[in-house]
Amino acid sequence: MGVSRREFLKLAGLTAALGLGTGTAFELLAPGQVEAGEYLRSENALVGKRWAMAFDVKKCLANGEDCRICIDACINEHNIPQYDNPLHEIKWIWKDLYRYAFEDTENPYVSDEYKDKPFILLCNHCDEPPCVRVCPTQATFRRPDGIVMQDMHRCIGCRFCMAACPYGSRNFNWLDPRPHIVHYNPKYPTRRRGVVEKCIFCNERIDLGKKPVCVDACPVGAIIFGDLHDPNSPIRQVLRKRFSIRRKLELGTKPSMFYLI
Amino acid sequence: MYDAEKIIPGLIVFLIIVLFPYYYTMGRMVPAPKPVKPTKYKKCVEPLAYMRAAHMDLLNVWRDEVVRHEKRVYVSSTGKEWDMSLQNECLRCHDNKAKFCDRCHNYLGVKPYCWDCHFEPNKVKELPHKMTTKETM
Repeated sequence: MGVSRREFLKLAGLTAALGLGTGTAFELLAPGQVEAGEYLRSENALVGKRWAMAFDVKKCLANGEDCRICIDACINEHNIPQYDNPLHEIKWIWKDLYRYAFEDTENPYVSDEYKDKPFILLCNHCDEPPCVRVCPTQATFRRPDGIVMQDMHRCIGCRFCMAACPYGSRNFNWLDPRPHIVHYNPKYPTRRRGVVEKCIFCNERIDLGKKPVCVDACPVGAIIFGDLHDPNSPIRQVLRKRFSIRRKLELGTKPSMFYLI
Repeated sequence: MYDAEKIIPGLIVFLIIVLFPYYYTMGRMVPAPKPVKPTKYKKCVEPLAYMRAAHMDLLNVWRDEVVRHEKRVYVSSTGKEWDMSLQNECLRCHDNKAKFCDRCHNYLGVKPYCWDCHFEPNKVKELPHKMTTKETM
């Protein structure tokens, strides 16, 4: 015997009522909520609209081409693993030669001052970051103050951003990084296997009122940090006085790392 | 019923397998976990009942506020200010993860991925280290 229309409707109604009822029951059984807390910025936080850095290449090179104080400071601050195999390399701030860093402006007759000389490179924190455009989970995003930030919790390790970044600023954790960390900073987490990482412009320090660690570490003050939107900021003052170049401008990413030459 | 001689034993076997965890542990009491609370500090960020039931929600919100919204300070319902940081604030008082966090997590069989990256600041020496470095560039 089939079910009559009347019986079917009764059953359907009953099921719907039951479904709704259990939903409400779950709500009632949910743990008591406390009054919502408030979330504030730190009082000391540096406030800016467009953070940027300028590298005084003359000062940097004068201090010795082997100097890697800013690089080591970053490695120790952010628990960056050190691999012997270059295929596993993780780097936030690193050095490369002029002809690779500025391959678009390189020519055979470039001045001896910069030919075959190392430049300090890091994430350019672009105005138009291609890594942010391609990230499928919005793990990488641009903060209102211009920092291109990465949410390690949300990264699924798809490596689209690595393909998109024209500056090679992004690296993938092929291995568990912990056994490859030399000195731990107890205040900063590590990463896990399977996520991409890069320089995050020390936003954890900026939010607490400190400059990025490489800026503070440089013994000759060759890294100048400031807000591009503030005409009186140190970076704007130095950019007014000195000629500067940026990497791969023709790609339209609008990088915010300036090299004073 | 057709094939009752196959279906009924099949059902019985199915029930035996499905109900195995229930009758296996029947009559046995698994003692509730006893996390060791910090002795130096009396009050947590929010009232105990809320923390017990919803600390994971709180941490989730903290994470997004810190990482995505540049907020670093939490004002609790009692008006006290806290640094929103698992590694630097929570673990400052709860200085023994094995005896606090892990006891309940293990009992309930949950494996929060917090600890893939965050670690106990006072147990840095126990983490795996790399002994030598090769200079690059």
